[in-house]
Amino acid sequence: MEYDIRLTLSHTYHSPAGNGRHVVRVVPRALGGRQRLKLSMLTITPSPSEQFDSVDFFGNQTTTFVHADVHSEMAITMACRIDVQAPAPLLDFPLTAEQLAVELADVREMGPLSPTHFLGPSPRLVANSEISAFARAIRRDGDSVADTVMRLGEALHGIMTFDAMATTVDTNAVDAFRLKRGVCQDYSHVMILALRALGIPAGYVSGYLRTLPPKGGTRLEGADAMHAWVKAWCGAALGWVEYDPTNRCIVGTDHIVVGYGRDYADVSPDIGHLRSAGNQTTSQSVDVKVVT
Amino acid sequence: MASTQTNRGGASNDLLANYATHRGVRDEMIGADGAVKPAWRDLMKHLGELSTEGLAHRFARGDQYLSEAGVFYRQYDDTVSSEREWPLSHIPVVLGESEWAEIGAGLVQRADLLEYVVRDFYGANDLVRSGQIPAALLGQNPAWLRPMMGVQPKSEPFLNFLSFEIGRGPDGRWWVISDIVESPTTTGFAIENRVALSRVFPNFFSNAHVHRIAGFFQAIQQRLFDLRGKGAGQIAMLSPGPMNQNYAEHAYLARYLGLLLVEGEDLIVTDGQAMVRTVSGPKPISLLWNRVPSAMIDPLELEAASLIGTPGLLDALRRRNLRMLNAEGAGVLETRALMAFLPKIARKHLGQPLIMPNIATWWCGHAAERDHVIRHCEQMMVGSAFSTVPLMADPGTFVFDADKLGSFPDHVMSLLQTSGRELVGQETVTLSTTPVYENEQLVARPMCLRVFLVRTADGWQMMPGGYARVSGGDDPKALAMQRGGKVADVWIVSDTPVPQTSLLTPKADAPTRAFSEGALPSRSADNLFWVGRNVERAEFNVRLFRAYFARVSDGVSPGAPILRYIRKHLLFGVTHDAATMAERFETPLYGALQAATKIGDRFSPDGMKALKDIVQNVDRLHGIKVEPDDILTESSLLLRKITGFSGLVHENMYRSHGWRFLSLGISLERAAGMVRVLRQLGRADAPEGALNLALELGDSIVSHRARFSVVADIGSVFHMLALDANNPRSVRFHVTRANQQIKELPGQTGGAVLGDVARRILLLETQLATVTTDGLTTELFDRIERELWALSDALTETFLV
Repeated sequence: MEYDIRLTLSHTYHSPAGNGRHVVRVVPRALGGRQRLKLSMLTITPSPSEQFDSVDFFGNQTTTFVHADVHSEMAITMACRIDVQAPAPLLDFPLTAEQLAVELADVREMGPLSPTHFLGPSPRLVANSEISAFARAIRRDGDSVADTVMRLGEALHGIMTFDAMATTVDTNAVDAFRLKRGVCQDYSHVMILALRALGIPAGYVSGYLRTLPPKGGTRLEGADAMHAWVKAWCGAALGWVEYDPTNRCIVGTDHIVVGYGRDYADVSPDIGHLRSAGNQTTSQSVDVKVVT
Repeated sequence: MASTQTNRGGASNDLLANYATHRGVRDEMIGADGAVKPAWRDLMKHLGELSTEGLAHRFARGDQYLSEAGVFYRQYDDTVSSEREWPLSHIPVVLGESEWAEIGAGLVQRADLLEYVVRDFYGANDLVRSGQIPAALLGQNPAWLRPMMGVQPKSEPFLNFLSFEIGRGPDGRWWVISDIVESPTTTGFAIENRVALSRVFPNFFSNAHVHRIAGFFQAIQQRLFDLRGKGAGQIAMLSPGPMNQNYAEHAYLARYLGLLLVEGEDLIVTDGQAMVRTVSGPKPISLLWNRVPSAMIDPLELEAASLIGTPGLLDALRRRNLRMLNAEGAGVLETRALMAFLPKIARKHLGQPLIMPNIATWWCGHAAERDHVIRHCEQMMVGSAFSTVPLMADPGTFVFDADKLGSFPDHVMSLLQTSGRELVGQETVTLSTTPVYENEQLVARPMCLRVFLVRTADGWQMMPGGYARVSGGDDPKALAMQRGGKVADVWIVSDTPVPQTSLLTPKADAPTRAFSEGALPSRSADNLFWVGRNVERAEFNVRLFRAYFARVSDGVSPGAPILRYIRKHLLFGVTHDAATMAERFETPLYGALQAATKIGDRFSPDGMKALKDIVQNVDRLHGIKVEPDDILTESSLLLRKITGFSGLVHENMYRSHGWRFLSLGISLERAAGMVRVLRQLGRADAPEGALNLALELGDSIVSHRARFSVVADIGSVFHMLALDANNPRSVRFHVTRANQQIKELPGQTGGAVLGDVARRILLLETQLATVTTDGLTTELFDRIERELWALSDALTETFLV
């Protein structure tokens, strides 16, 4: 599947801001046989006084830029064309929780794919007893790790209601869990905590979602902004499995990966810091079109 | 606690009569044979020759020094912080040179081992790959900073300054209790303890063969200088600021070593170069001694909620335009669970065991170790595996009390079973005792030592001395230290005379102290400016207050025109109430003290003491109902203290940019205050006595009488208080002085075009120099006042933002 993706992030500062410094992660990743980035362009207005790209610990492409001069509006536009193949299908390789624990105790890798980073705690996610209890109640004895991931994701999807007005980017996962409302970020954060409570390494994936469904399909939730879902480690043989709790599905070709991290803090699309006395308004628009 | 009293042989005197060592616990002064150890003999003989009164007198001299030097202990209770007297034990801990050398060998070996481990953590990760360190110990560790992977070049060590907390066990051996890489070091306080003790034992100290510690600080300076390398940038100490409980030490060390003291908001990163914003514009920083928790230094890449960091600082570190004394992220070495693995790593990597062992530690992420901890619960402390707080200061540690418990309580057991990876068990450590002076005799109290090492061109150098913490009670278990106690100097004594060094007489080739010449951070300048303005505002309002109550005391009724005039026009409409009026000077004084507290490195201990004294005076009077006559006495006293402070500023402060901003704050505020008084005089409704009031507020009654007739008229008052260039209370005097200060500020007069601030003050001065008393209309005074505030704003805009 080939997509044209367009993202615009705009900030309006109510009183002029100076010395703005931003780190953004918005360009889709190149992922072996799964994602091939054909062309991408990042445009920042006004033109930054300083700009450079780098790759973070988890392999995500980041762009840092600075606006030294005073400005009252700033916009980031990302446009790209990307070819997406479905991730490798889930193998029928049933690994029990106990076997997973044994494999984990033996992990000796510190690279970005190592499950050791994803057992928590992480910057935004500290173990919580309510979510742990929820996870334990959902798990069935005899389930394989992959079964547990899906069972948890489905259960979560069942109790949560998608509501863009209920939470913000700063909402704590526990609060969203108590509200039983939220957006993809909240669904993903709660699911990550639940998986970690069961000893399953889990991380946060940020990315884009196809805007319009194929003929006859239903439109996916969260397609008009950047999306997020979960990755879970199901043992060395199966590796990482990606699951979208907001849409109750295993990730396929409708999902385009931008960043992998332990939680939102690692892959936040736009972290900024500036000197300004006033508030700011931020808006985001995303369009993910199938190239025909 | 079982104790033993021993006959001390030769050194017996009253002090030692009841000195009881504890059974099964070593004592630093009394050896296993029951006699005073050789290293202590001279000191004990000296103490024995002094009377109780003589001792009290000497101890007071030490305390006096600490109080004058502004050394205090900041204690936090919930949200309130208070300053406590520095808890110095006047009896040092004395160790012989050869024992110190053995300790040094153990710690130097450990320092090298830590360097090897941290390089691997941020590099190849061989220790994890080979199974010597469990992956979880890094993967789940918040102190392991992923953005710092692979940053430190091979040629640059991670560690240049370390301290260790060590204790002596019942077998007489020393143990490492904590590795301290970025936690508070107390190094600065070691100097103050030493100076205080040299006051307590002046004659004795100069003849005793006690190793001097100043040379160690020269070594630190030299190291900082070497690390800065060819980059010509500043060397700065990065502090979280005055709200941090260790700020006093940061300010002290910065002052002592000649470093620039900066906070996160003082720094900015441009094109990968960290700069400090100063009154002379941004200046590059090449090296930081970082005292901000590592995870807080850059909100863009680390803890996003940090308000004490600098965005982009990691970028500057990665590009190697900026270095740190200890590499960013090296704090991961403080992870408590590491102690479980270091002994084995030492054997494998160094081919030999640790010379000085660390506390026996078991990481509970492995079943066998967890079971060991549970089986031996009666001799265990259980705490967070990832804690980087030194054991002695970590309240989260569970200590098993064998007298009360048969096994771990349920919640600890269940944590061990479910979250073993996050826990460590550590063997309970029993400490040795050392004498402290209590109730006119010596008693034995448990103690541990902080020891400091700096890397030099010739390898690690250990401070020949240290910082001892002495427990307040009898419990020799290490953790009892948390409950407070005293601090003591550590003397390393030699059999032969020791070399003398002092920072005051540096060697010819030593780096100069003036690392930070000329660089005044804008934040410091801003605070100095506000100290000046606030103190002057307080002085003016005390004068008003005194003038008001002098009249009340003379029988003038509150409804009389002159008192209404003061309340309405000069005190912004306050009611006739001493407490409300007093707020007019109380508030600025608190403001001045607060501003001064934020610049501990720029403000002399004398100045600070004077300011605190004034505020204490105000606190004492606050809320007390005082008779009008006493108000006069009290406000005159307060006024004398405030002018004493201003005198200190003008007589004792070095003529730096910092002083200029302080002086500018005083001048602008005084000129504006006087303009407010004079403006009202031209009003039709100015009551009788207003002219004399103005002269009184301007402290110019006598000089007016000398120059003009006894009766004041508006022309003579205007001349005296507005235009007289020689009257230090006049508007003109302070505008002229401000102009002189501004001329010296960077970028104001150098080029062909005057800076904005210089231009404004010159216009104002010219106006005051050319106007006649007839021309001083209310409108003109209004304009002058507006111009003074505009000048203050321009100054802020140009230098302080």
